[in-house]
Amino acid sequence: MQERLKELQQEAIQKIEQSQSLKELNDIRVAYLGKKGPITEVLRGMGKLSAEERPIMGALANEVREAIATVLEAKQKELEEAAVLEKLASESIDVTLPGRPVKVGNHHPLTRIIEEIEDLFIGMGYQVAEGPEVEQDYYNFEALNLPKGHPARDMQDSFYITDEILLRTHTSPVQARTMEKNQGKGPIKIICPGKVYRRDNDDATHSHQFMQIEGLVVGENIRMSDLHGTLEIFAKKMFGEDREIRLRPSFFPFTEPSVEMDISCMICGGHGCNVCKKTGWIEILGAGMVHPNVLEMAGYDSKKYTGFAFGMGPERIAMLKYGVDDIRHFYTNDVRFLKQFSKHE
Amino acid sequence: MFVSYKWLQDYVDLSGVSASELAEKITKSGIEVEGVDVLNEGITGVVVGHVVERVQHPNADKLSKCQVDIGQGEPVQIICGAPNVAQGQKVAVATVGAVLPGNFKIKRAKLRGEESNGMICSLTELGIEAKVVAKEYSEGIFVFPQDAEVGTDAIALLNRNDEVLELGLTPNRADCLSMLGVAYEVAAILGKDVKLPEIDQQPVNEKATDYITVKVDANEDNPLYAAKVIKNVKIGPSPLWMQTRLMSAGIRPHNNVVDITNYILLEYGQPLHAFDYDRLGSKEILVRRAHDGEKFTTLDDVERTLTSDHLVITNGTEPIALAGVMGGANSEVTSDTTTVLLEAAYFTGGTVRKASKDHGLRSEASARFEKGVDPNRVRAAGERAAYLMAKYAGGEVLEGASEVDTLTVEPAVVSITLEKINNVIGTNMTVAEVEAIFERLQFAVTSEDENITVTAPTRRGDIKIEEDLIEEVARLYGYDNIPKTLPIGSATPGKLSDYQEKRRIVRQYLEGAGLFQAVTYSLTSEEKAAQFALEKRDFIRLAMPMSEDRSILRLSIMPQLLEVLKYNSARQNDSLAVYETGAVFLANGNEVLPEEREHLAGAITGLWHSHSWQGEKKAVDFYVLKGILEGLFAKLGLTESVTYVQAKVDNMHPGRTAEIHLNGERIGFVGQVHPTMQKELDLKDTYVFELSLKAILEEATAPLRYLGIPRFPSITRDIALVVDKETVAGVLKDIIQTAGGKLLKEVNVFDLYEGERMEEGKKSIAYSLKYMDPERTLTDEEVTKVHTQVLEALKNQAGAVLRG
Ligand SMILES: [Zn+2]
Repeated sequence: MQERLKELQQEAIQKIEQSQSLKELNDIRVAYLGKKGPITEVLRGMGKLSAEERPIMGALANEVREAIATVLEAKQKELEEAAVLEKLASESIDVTLPGRPVKVGNHHPLTRIIEEIEDLFIGMGYQVAEGPEVEQDYYNFEALNLPKGHPARDMQDSFYITDEILLRTHTSPVQARTMEKNQGKGPIKIICPGKVYRRDNDDATHSHQFMQIEGLVVGENIRMSDLHGTLEIFAKKMFGEDREIRLRPSFFPFTEPSVEMDISCMICGGHGCNVCKKTGWIEILGAGMVHPNVLEMAGYDSKKYTGFAFGMGPERIAMLKYGVDDIRHFYTNDVRFLKQFSKHE
Repeated sequence: MFVSYKWLQDYVDLSGVSASELAEKITKSGIEVEGVDVLNEGITGVVVGHVVERVQHPNADKLSKCQVDIGQGEPVQIICGAPNVAQGQKVAVATVGAVLPGNFKIKRAKLRGEESNGMICSLTELGIEAKVVAKEYSEGIFVFPQDAEVGTDAIALLNRNDEVLELGLTPNRADCLSMLGVAYEVAAILGKDVKLPEIDQQPVNEKATDYITVKVDANEDNPLYAAKVIKNVKIGPSPLWMQTRLMSAGIRPHNNVVDITNYILLEYGQPLHAFDYDRLGSKEILVRRAHDGEKFTTLDDVERTLTSDHLVITNGTEPIALAGVMGGANSEVTSDTTTVLLEAAYFTGGTVRKASKDHGLRSEASARFEKGVDPNRVRAAGERAAYLMAKYAGGEVLEGASEVDTLTVEPAVVSITLEKINNVIGTNMTVAEVEAIFERLQFAVTSEDENITVTAPTRRGDIKIEEDLIEEVARLYGYDNIPKTLPIGSATPGKLSDYQEKRRIVRQYLEGAGLFQAVTYSLTSEEKAAQFALEKRDFIRLAMPMSEDRSILRLSIMPQLLEVLKYNSARQNDSLAVYETGAVFLANGNEVLPEEREHLAGAITGLWHSHSWQGEKKAVDFYVLKGILEGLFAKLGLTESVTYVQAKVDNMHPGRTAEIHLNGERIGFVGQVHPTMQKELDLKDTYVFELSLKAILEEATAPLRYLGIPRFPSITRDIALVVDKETVAGVLKDIIQTAGGKLLKEVNVFDLYEGERMEEGKKSIAYSLKYMDPERTLTDEEVTKVHTQVLEALKNQAGAVLRG
């Protein structure tokens, strides 16, 4: 009997180890461990044994069952794992195929430049001021120290609608309006972006409509050195920490002293190239101390208040920064152009 | 203004400062040098030659065979094509091995069988602009005066071993429209003195007043008029050095008298005019306003019709010059002139500007008068010119001048405190430092304690107020030497307004939804201006448009955006999504500014989505765009305030367009572009929207409050309704929501069927209704009660029956 059990154990384990599928394994389980299996049969025959032999045989039978069950379980696990692997293998895909495209647009490059400048100045305590694109001659010219008949009006050929109303030629009227609204009180710190218009034929470097962004600070002790420091922060942020700046005296009717700022050429690093016309410097913006006439006209006591203003063209900045060669690209809106400005930098 | 580096050395010592160094210094202290032109760049091997023999080329009509002595032993043979080459001339010869501009190398050659050992040069071949070459040499070679020495450097003789600085002058610096003005500027920069030009006259014993009387009837336009007389002049070429200086400044030489007036114009910045005294037809000069309709032929032989805005110089009756602009043909200096009447006058800027503009005559002279000449330099300029006419035209200068002088010249005296200077610039200069700067500028300066008083010379008419002094100090101190600080004082909060912030959110949202931002023009054509306009208003038209296409301010963004789609479509980008934010302009009548309303417009066309290798493709449709808008309104907290109303909008598909309402007010539209227009623009199906961005951004939104997460289960009931085809989903939803009351939390359409299995004129629409009470678990009976009410309402109000 004992031998029979051992034999069964060996036989079952052999079959288990040879089995190829979970079903086969299940059949083996039923065949050997089920109620109708040979081990149960053997145990049923225990009645013939003596009282001393019975527990020994019982224990042996259980041992055999357990041994079979253990092997069976291990085999089952092995087969299950194999089955999973086989299933996964059949599910494999080509990971090099392209993914499902996510539809995302992006800012127009000019908006990108303007927001970058806005954010920089917001960080320095400025607010963003906006004003009308169709302006009164008064705010566009007169309040900025450009009375009627002033020769500098020639510098900005304008689109007039009536004798007194025109498309603004710069964003400076927003400064005049903001000062007027503040009724002679400081401080003012604003940045004014927006569209402006001039009578220019559209070509690679001219556009009858373009953007401008200007800044204005008015307060009780605003110095030219503050302008110098502010412009340096701006230049380094927009064009890179290794840029050098150079201020040159210039002339604008609404500032005195007036300033033009150059930055060292980002193309050649200052050694001279075609972009900087071999000078190593690139003109970036105009600025100056607010002209006392402008302050007075807006209701400020120019003995007490001073201020600085600066203005620049986002198109020019974008052209320099991104190497865009034709200003018309900004207004044609070719998607092959627009989509190039999605990358963060 | 073109400034010759060598010529400038007549007035300022430039030793140790190269032309390019000087350019850098001038630029940094206030006048932008736009370029430095090296006149002899790329030229070598050009010498003075003597044409000892000239014969006709045996094989070519238009060529000459010349034997030219170039100072190297035997004369060399040169074939020359210039019509004016002649025996005995002194000429510029590019010898074999010479290099001319454009890297043109001269080699020994055979021309029609004859050997040629070099080239006789025209001035343009030596790099001189054709427009400044004297007329007699414009069609051929240049001829040197006979005293030119054979074999010497022709380029040096032409004063081409020089560099020319091109100054970009701002309107305030008209003082630098003269060599002397530039000299004062450079002297201030370098800390040097200015040497004034020589005037040394021995007048003959006759008075100018014996020859001419001067009367001015328009003193406010012409406060100073001085007439000098130079007799016995011999008209001929001016000295070569003068011609070459004129050429390098951009002026074409004519003859000695005219060249001298132009030379003084450049030297003093004072325009002069030379009349042929004997052609005046009188002994009188009368300056007056022209009569309306008066005719006058200027020396360019154009007859001009004048008005009383124009100032003329007359001989008492007839005009002989348009003041400050151009002389007349009737009194022009010719080769026969022997007595010159020289005008040195001060004409006011406005008068000259008007005349030069009306007649399209912008000249070196008019530009200087327009910007204002130095009133104190008028007479000196006349004296110097007379001196040069004596020296270089053999003339005799009559004593004195016939004059009318009502000009009061008061130099500007401006006072400023040291504190003000330092406060504005941000420096710590001393009185002595500031005084030193004004002294360098040759401004008279005095000081008492820290009050500094400056008298600006009349040549610097731009100096009027304290700030002008500050600028002078700052620029000579050096802008780059100004410290770098940041504004101090009370802090200001840096931030965007709510509106601006929300506008950024709108942009980001739309871009996240797949739309590219476009920026288009505000000016458009009459045809497009009114298309898609939300409000009909009068057109706002430019008084002087540059083209019909850009003549009217837009009332809607949409036409421009469709133009963008068309442009891209024509370039193989026919699936596209774009948006724009920007102002549209609503007229308020002629006298006041228009209302500028910020709009938001979007357009999508072609495929919305395609994933080629997976075979997915989805064309744009109404619901794609509406979904984007719904998301946008949700983002702005406006979901409850916005409704869509089926509507007809011009140029839009009549059955696929909705007006967008905000709290019942129409603020925009969304839908498909009319197929006819789509076809015109060559677009695939295109869906668009435009709305008032102002309206949605200014709409107040409720503050964000957290709502508890529901703790009790909800019960969902689905219903399929059969309704008339015309019944719209929005109405059904309203009925359901009203009837469902508080317990109804959500209503969603989940199916729409209009196919053949439906009765004629009917459609089936299925909703899923979600009921819930946040406070407890609803019972089936409670839900059924409400749900029955919903069904009743649908039946009564919309004739909707449950689909069997
Ligand atoms: Zn460069």
